[in-house]
Amino acid sequence: MEFILEPWPWYVTGPLIGLVVPLMAWLGTSFGVSSNLDGICNLAGAGKVSDYFKGDLKPRIPGFMFLIGAITGGYIASTFLSSDNYVIAISDQTVLAISNFGVSDFSGLQPSEIFNWSFLFSTKGAILLCLGGFLIGFGTRYAGGCTSGHSISGLSTLQPKSLIATLGFFIGGLISAHFILPLILTP
Amino acid sequence: MVKSEAVSWFRIYEMFSFQSFHMYGIIGSAVCTGLVSTFLLKKLNAHNIEGTKIGFNPIPFKFKSALVGGLIFGIGWAMTGACPGPLFVNVGAGYPVMLVIIAFALFGAFVHGILSSKLPK
Repeated sequence: MEFILEPWPWYVTGPLIGLVVPLMAWLGTSFGVSSNLDGICNLAGAGKVSDYFKGDLKPRIPGFMFLIGAITGGYIASTFLSSDNYVIAISDQTVLAISNFGVSDFSGLQPSEIFNWSFLFSTKGAILLCLGGFLIGFGTRYAGGCTSGHSISGLSTLQPKSLIATLGFFIGGLISAHFILPLILTP
Repeated sequence: MVKSEAVSWFRIYEMFSFQSFHMYGIIGSAVCTGLVSTFLLKKLNAHNIEGTKIGFNPIPFKFKSALVGGLIFGIGWAMTGACPGPLFVNVGAGYPVMLVIIAFALFGAFVHGILSSKLPK
């Protein structure tokens, strides 16, 4: 029981994520989360605005189920499988670097100074979270996949496009973490 | 994902700062497991639950959209500390602010859909 409550090492979670690839194949679909963004647009009636979002919703159902599962899993893991006084186990260097962003609360999964409503409604918060969200949606759909569809599923099935996309994800992330985050967050 | 902190903004920042092996271990071992299991599924001629043979269709190779789209997503990934899956996991894990990020991600996907015929492939 202790083991379940402690944070899990990479060699437990990584293979579990990898197993989603054959599992989704067995279910007759493929592992990829970002296509559901198109699916939700389709569901919300975006087909009226653009033909891009037209199409049968039935093949989208396994993806929607996956999202419901992801939310449920997040709830179960954080509510029943985590200890109360939980501090993230990131490296000391990272703690130091993030402290320079005005973050001092290292309890829980997310910095409470960033993921709260009043920060969201500040200029910095709106740029970081709203623009960030927009870039996630636009970028993943333009690239045709995200970390799950390209970096896990695509690389597992040796797709050349996924390798280029994954390279793009990392270059973008490096630019963002080293130039954009300090620009926005440094007080 | 929650239990390994892979859905944490802290961990994503740490990964892009090369200050821990943790995230690389998760992604690397996930890909290795995926590679081995897809190899086995092909080797064993496995069928899915609908009874058709499992095949992995090649994704058409489009260099520009993969790289440019990838760059754009990567920037958003490090800003919010979440890729699309973890956005939803975090909603369940008690961070309702993530719903706003999801809303903007949907808006981004919507704008992409409208522009898609005009964007370079």
